[in-house]
Amino acid sequence: MTSDLQRERLAYKRSRSRRSTAVALVSTVVFAAAVWFSVTRAPGWPRVRLSFFNLSTAWRTLPAVLDGLWLNLRVLVVAEVLILVLALGIAGLRTLRGPVWFPLRALATGYVDLFRGLPLIICLYLVGFGLPGLRLSGIPNDPVLLGGIALVLVYSAFVAEVFRAGIESIHPSQLAAARSLGLDHRKTMRLVVLPQAVRRVLPALLNDFVALQKDCGLISVLGAVDAVRAAQIESAGSYNFTPYVVAGLLFVLLAVPSGRLADWMSRRAARRQGA
Amino acid sequence: MSTSATDPVLAVRGLVKRYGQATVLDGVDLDVHEHEVVVLIGSSGSGKSTLLRCANLLEELDDGQVLLDGVDVSDPRVDADRARRAMGIVFQAFNLFPHMSVLDNVTLAPRVVHGVPRGTADDRARDLLSRVGLADKADSYPDRLSGGQQQRVAIARALAYDPRLLLFDEITSALDPELVGEVLALVRELAGQGRTILMATHEMGFAKQVADRVCFLDGGKLVESGPPEQVLGDPTHERTRRFLRRIIDAGRL
Repeated sequence: MTSDLQRERLAYKRSRSRRSTAVALVSTVVFAAAVWFSVTRAPGWPRVRLSFFNLSTAWRTLPAVLDGLWLNLRVLVVAEVLILVLALGIAGLRTLRGPVWFPLRALATGYVDLFRGLPLIICLYLVGFGLPGLRLSGIPNDPVLLGGIALVLVYSAFVAEVFRAGIESIHPSQLAAARSLGLDHRKTMRLVVLPQAVRRVLPALLNDFVALQKDCGLISVLGAVDAVRAAQIESAGSYNFTPYVVAGLLFVLLAVPSGRLADWMSRRAARRQGA
Repeated sequence: MSTSATDPVLAVRGLVKRYGQATVLDGVDLDVHEHEVVVLIGSSGSGKSTLLRCANLLEELDDGQVLLDGVDVSDPRVDADRARRAMGIVFQAFNLFPHMSVLDNVTLAPRVVHGVPRGTADDRARDLLSRVGLADKADSYPDRLSGGQQQRVAIARALAYDPRLLLFDEITSALDPELVGEVLALVRELAGQGRTILMATHEMGFAKQVADRVCFLDGGKLVESGPPEQVLGDPTHERTRRFLRRIIDAGRL
């Protein structure tokens, strides 16, 4: 049984929440209208609409751009797997203690410093044009493969730091507990530290995944016919920028599920922690 | 490891531990014999926890030795992981693994360190959990348990591989007063079973009942050691007397 007092409180809360919904609705409509009005009233709008938002061009070029996107997707999946493995290895090397491991630790630190600082586009050029330029036997000259290598090199440096942050956020008492049970360093890392660390940095990892999704489009600079390159080809043929907008929207659509997945995962983590 | 009848289970010899400029342990000698319950008392910062952590080789020693069944396990040539398998430590803040179920917390060491098959380890862990009164919590996660329950899981985890020596580091200090009793009852039961225990505690009444020997630590030195009725009832050292007077004034003895 609820008392009159509680019923009155609930009614008040309901009226407040109805009010906030109405306010949100009105302000959204006003904002959208203002944006629409100011864009369409711009003097150049008719021309911009014609060359960027041309529906028939969009429809005609969609298959080619989608074909290119399929290549981006395949590069994305393969690169992400390699990045996660390589980054975990680098982060593991950076947490090793003891003088024996100094060379490996220094190597890992140097790797992160180099590839985190190197602009992706320059890395793409160096790997994509420099490596085959050596004319060594066994070095591939497929732009997709070379572009993928460059992405893996740069992104593993970033993701390794995310992993390391996670590893270092695990309280020393967890290590003490594991070591006191007789687990060695390797087992402590694998069974106690990493499972907790990975869970903690999952949102950051997904963030880097989304960034990788769109940076996959950069392999086009090496000549790979991905979504961006396909859009470029189409737009050159039609004197119209709409294919770029199509490619851009497709990349956005690709990022949405990843974003929702990240939200869902952090909500789930919060629920577990908050017992 | 060779075991001779005369060697104490744990022998600490001239133990020195410094953190930067501060000397936390200043030449401590201590023996714990088989089936003995030794209680460390002393104010906060007297080095009780550090002594236990050094005994478990979780801290690097600055001088002295830790001998386990007569073997110097503080020797850097000795595998510390192997030595730790003979000891079980329970921490003040439980330190359970939050990403594992209670059952997995208890079976981790038997499975991955001692090579016990999963089924056997599970059976034994469930048995242990029912002995600490938590049979129904085996599949819960530590976060869902009260402090007292978590600490009983931590004790079960330390018992799971049948260590020769149990180290308890103020295991009731982080608990609400009404939960202290359930943990102390368990320790009393373990002492009654003839377990070898070295524990640091602020529970003087409990120390009086359970300890075979009480050691008073102050300023990193072992000031006084003897049967509880002597150290707690009629201490010979002025520093011990002063410490106990403060405890009595606080109504904790």
